[in-house]
Amino acid sequence: MIEEQTIIAVMPETLVAETRKMKEQGYRLVQICVTRLGEELQLDYTFDLNRKFVNFRFLQPKNGARVPSISSLYWCAFTYENEISDLFGVQVDGNALDFKGTFYKTAMKHPFIQDAAPAVVPAPAKAGGQ
Amino acid sequence: MGNRTIIPFGPQHPVLPEPIHIDLVVEDEKVVEAVPSIGFIHRGLEKLTEKKDFIEYVYVAERICGICSFIHGQTYCQGIEEIMKIEIPSRAKYLRTIWGELSRIHSHLLWLGLMADAFGFESLFMHSWRVREEVLNLIEATTGGRVIFGSCKVGGTRRDIPPEQMTWLLAELTKIEKEMRLIVDIFLNDNSVKHRLCGVGVISKDDAIALGAVGPTLRASGVADDMRLLKYAAFGELNFQPIVRNEGDSYGRCAVRCEELFQSVDLIRQAAAKMPAGEIAVKVTGNPDGEFFSRVEQPRGEVVYYIKGNGTKNLTRFRARTPTFANVPPLVKMLAGCELADVPVLVLTIDPCISCTER
Repeated sequence: MIEEQTIIAVMPETLVAETRKMKEQGYRLVQICVTRLGEELQLDYTFDLNRKFVNFRFLQPKNGARVPSISSLYWCAFTYENEISDLFGVQVDGNALDFKGTFYKTAMKHPFIQDAAPAVVPAPAKAGGQ
Repeated sequence: MGNRTIIPFGPQHPVLPEPIHIDLVVEDEKVVEAVPSIGFIHRGLEKLTEKKDFIEYVYVAERICGICSFIHGQTYCQGIEEIMKIEIPSRAKYLRTIWGELSRIHSHLLWLGLMADAFGFESLFMHSWRVREEVLNLIEATTGGRVIFGSCKVGGTRRDIPPEQMTWLLAELTKIEKEMRLIVDIFLNDNSVKHRLCGVGVISKDDAIALGAVGPTLRASGVADDMRLLKYAAFGELNFQPIVRNEGDSYGRCAVRCEELFQSVDLIRQAAAKMPAGEIAVKVTGNPDGEFFSRVEQPRGEVVYYIKGNGTKNLTRFRARTPTFANVPPLVKMLAGCELADVPVLVLTIDPCISCTER
């Protein structure tokens, strides 16, 4: 194991309060990540202090996910919060710099909660000719 | 208060090799606010894991970026290996370290050239890239590729560096080191260069941490944070301490990269001296079932891969948080209050890689 990775379950209602504690201890916000797990979304908020890795985690429904913004504590969270809003449709309340769905220019809305398109099967090669 | 005007900067601009857009709110010649926009070329590579075999996906990971391609592949392989509890051969760890540091050297030289171009020092730009070509030659000789190495795989490496080739590589590196010293001397001591960099875009230590800065942008503000201290690959067996500067300005960020060039040369020498003989890969069987946040220090800073497997050949999730994505908020902070003429230089001081960011 390269490093110990502490994953702590939190509730969306306590996310801001827990994040404030991390900020007060001097942790850096590393990332916010969303993973689709069937009909739910797993949200991960990762922090680091001198390479001590701490991750907050909670679940939200795939459709209608809603979380409070932590950008009042970590202003840099605005990039991650716009990303999860555009790619996963997570509604973030109180984002300090809300692009309102225009952070990424994608061909379809919320592409990362769509089911994967079937793999493209290449057409068989035509016989003869160069 | 003067009249406020919004000047669009990018997505097409002479200093921008890739598209990022910034709305600069200016009062006369002073920038008072900057609003960034990305997402012009978002490629959805993370979503591809739903279709690609996890072994094949190394090729995609390497193509996230054309500059730190090897380290992207390494970060991905390291994450899969942690999930599958694969212990790769010691020689493979050293080979990964050597190719990773060669990547850092060529990336920093590329950045130095771009920076020289941004402040109008064309001959310095050409010299930086001339030396970078020599580093690319070493990479081509040892991996067969100049941009995409294709030498990292889950379980180890695909290629080895034989002893006689290592001797040649180290001799070439000594010549390159001498040439780099001439270039770095200009970047760090020339008055016209210092005039453009010193005191421009200052980020304090506290701000750098609060804004989530990584890599040279973070270390130039006095924070000794470098993921190589996690001792991945062979770094646990090498003498390594991060390069730190306290200026917090553009000059500090330039100086960190300049000093890291020679640190990387030293790390390659250490790795070559300690590299054991033996196998370079182990056989991989089964599929990943578990999760891991794989963190590695790229030339631009910490990259984080979240990899979650479900026991099948397709991953549930692959997510890449690239260093440029983390350095966008610090950039916005730097731009507020700067002179309009300094914007191109400041944008370059985070070494933006939009290709990485638009993975």
